[in-house]
Amino acid sequence: MLGFIVRRLLLMIPTLVGVAIAVFFMLRLGGGDIVAMKFRAEGAQVTEDVIQAERKRLGLDKPNFYVSCAKYVPPSGCTVSMDNQFADYMGGLLRFDLGNSLWTGDPVIKDIAIRFPVSLQVAIMAMLIAVLIAVPLGTISALYRDTWIDYVVRVFSVSGLAIPSFWLGMLMILGLLHFFQWLPKIGYVSIFEDPVANIAALIWPALSVGYRYAAVATRMMRSSLLEVMREDYIRTARAKGVWSKLITRRHALRNAMLPVVTVIGLEFAFLIGGLVVTEQVFNLNGIGRLFVDASSRGDFVLIQGLVLMIAVIFIMINLLVDIFYGFLDPRIRLN
Amino acid sequence: MADITASSSTAGAIPKRPNPVMLFIKSQPLGFAGFLIVLLYVVLAVGRAWIATHEPTAMSLGDMEQPPSLKNFFGTDQMGRDVFSRVVYGARTALLIGILSALFGGTIGALLGATSGYFGGRIDTFLQRIVDIMLSFPIIILAVVVVAVLGKWPVFDVDMNLIIAIALPMIPKMARIARSSTLSIVQMPFIDAARAAGFGHTRIILRHIMPNIIAPYLIMVTAFIAQAILLEASLSFLGLGVTEPTPAWGLMLSGSSADFARTAPWMIIFPGLAITLAVFAFNLLGDSLRDWLDPKMKG
Repeated sequence: MLGFIVRRLLLMIPTLVGVAIAVFFMLRLGGGDIVAMKFRAEGAQVTEDVIQAERKRLGLDKPNFYVSCAKYVPPSGCTVSMDNQFADYMGGLLRFDLGNSLWTGDPVIKDIAIRFPVSLQVAIMAMLIAVLIAVPLGTISALYRDTWIDYVVRVFSVSGLAIPSFWLGMLMILGLLHFFQWLPKIGYVSIFEDPVANIAALIWPALSVGYRYAAVATRMMRSSLLEVMREDYIRTARAKGVWSKLITRRHALRNAMLPVVTVIGLEFAFLIGGLVVTEQVFNLNGIGRLFVDASSRGDFVLIQGLVLMIAVIFIMINLLVDIFYGFLDPRIRLN
Repeated sequence: MADITASSSTAGAIPKRPNPVMLFIKSQPLGFAGFLIVLLYVVLAVGRAWIATHEPTAMSLGDMEQPPSLKNFFGTDQMGRDVFSRVVYGARTALLIGILSALFGGTIGALLGATSGYFGGRIDTFLQRIVDIMLSFPIIILAVVVVAVLGKWPVFDVDMNLIIAIALPMIPKMARIARSSTLSIVQMPFIDAARAAGFGHTRIILRHIMPNIIAPYLIMVTAFIAQAILLEASLSFLGLGVTEPTPAWGLMLSGSSADFARTAPWMIIFPGLAITLAVFAFNLLGDSLRDWLDPKMKG
């Protein structure tokens, strides 16, 4: 087991290097001058010299890569330089240094670390909501296939895929305001300081991203259970006269859970996508908000850091899902 | 007349082949309902000038935040613009961007997948690695990065870079499915025959493989349109997609409209409903197309 985990963690390195290189060059495809933009946002009238000095300070005056060619017609006019942005970036990564935000100047790691707890908590709450909704609903829907219960559950889950999470969030805010004349307080309180206020504020964004999540998982639960119920061993158990509730619980559910666990894991890794919009609606200062801000400002260094973080999360979650598989299905453990 | 009735009921006579359209309606009623809703949106988008009651961008300071009435079916927003007319015009924006990006992403993905599956070997391994990496990012993250990098590139009044941003996350999904279909097609004798006839790789891929993956292509593109409409709405909501004054559903929900909605909830209820219903309809249509054309396909 330990060997498996270590091997998977080592395999992570080439993937992350690939992601880092790809995102570095992708971000530099377009133009856009963050330095000029920053000064303009501050409303300062600055001369070209000041802009150049700032570019120099941020290291943006260096060429992007070891070889840089003018006019896109290599090899004419190509220069080779060992002092370039790519080398700076990769050298930083070797030291686990993601660089400093071009906009605020703070270390990217610090920016991410400050925003991470809010997003993580919303994500975990959304996952709990999804599991609590999806497993029972999907099971009922499969057991009572093609009855009105099944139709209600299916409408619920198909709607979850169609309703934009940010709109759902806005409707929740409107509803709270209209029916209870109450709104969660703006500003994040840690769960360790004031658990009630914390949950009261974060449950709404968790619900609005959790609905889609629950919908995807419910569909998976239903179809997976339907598939398992067709298996021979279910028929055998029934022929032996096993109580049908016991069949569902012991024989069917456990086997049907495998694909559901995959979906729950994958969607957890993808929750950051839902948070990008939902955090905006609920005024949460999380990772999603940070990502949108970084993108609209063209803060390359911060975007690179966030993209690498998302890749790490994705790989770790896949690893967790694989480990969890072993607990659910002993056959996988043996191999 | 009597002859015809008699002959059609005679045993052994060749039965008339059922009309495929009628068959689809009968076996996939939900999909047909989805199709009808899609048709409604197409009518709105095409006939927007006749259906809309007001100019969608016309502001009227005297009619700010009016509730729904016979004059303004869906009420007016904080600038006195008619919400109904904006929703109608928004259908054009959503469908145009949705369909263009789904076709763009789907076609490039299918070509890439077919090429990858056809050649196999190193090219295949390399392309599949890229596909794996792209699939490990949420679609909106990819789209936001592309929007941030590319900026705006308006062609007529459509932002081409927005279409590229929305299409990019679709490419790996389509590529993966096209590749797996291609792997089984390449085994077929007609591909050997085409090779023996001396056709080039390009011709075999375009003329012999592509027509055979049209079913998964259609299914995926329909699902992509739903995804694209949702993604366009999300990007516009974040202020990274369609920009004012173009009427777009996501844009109608963005910025300060959330604050105004406290006093004028119709401002956000109707555009949101328009998005939900459109995505719902395309999903419904895509799901039943899948059941209809390719029951074994998943994802």
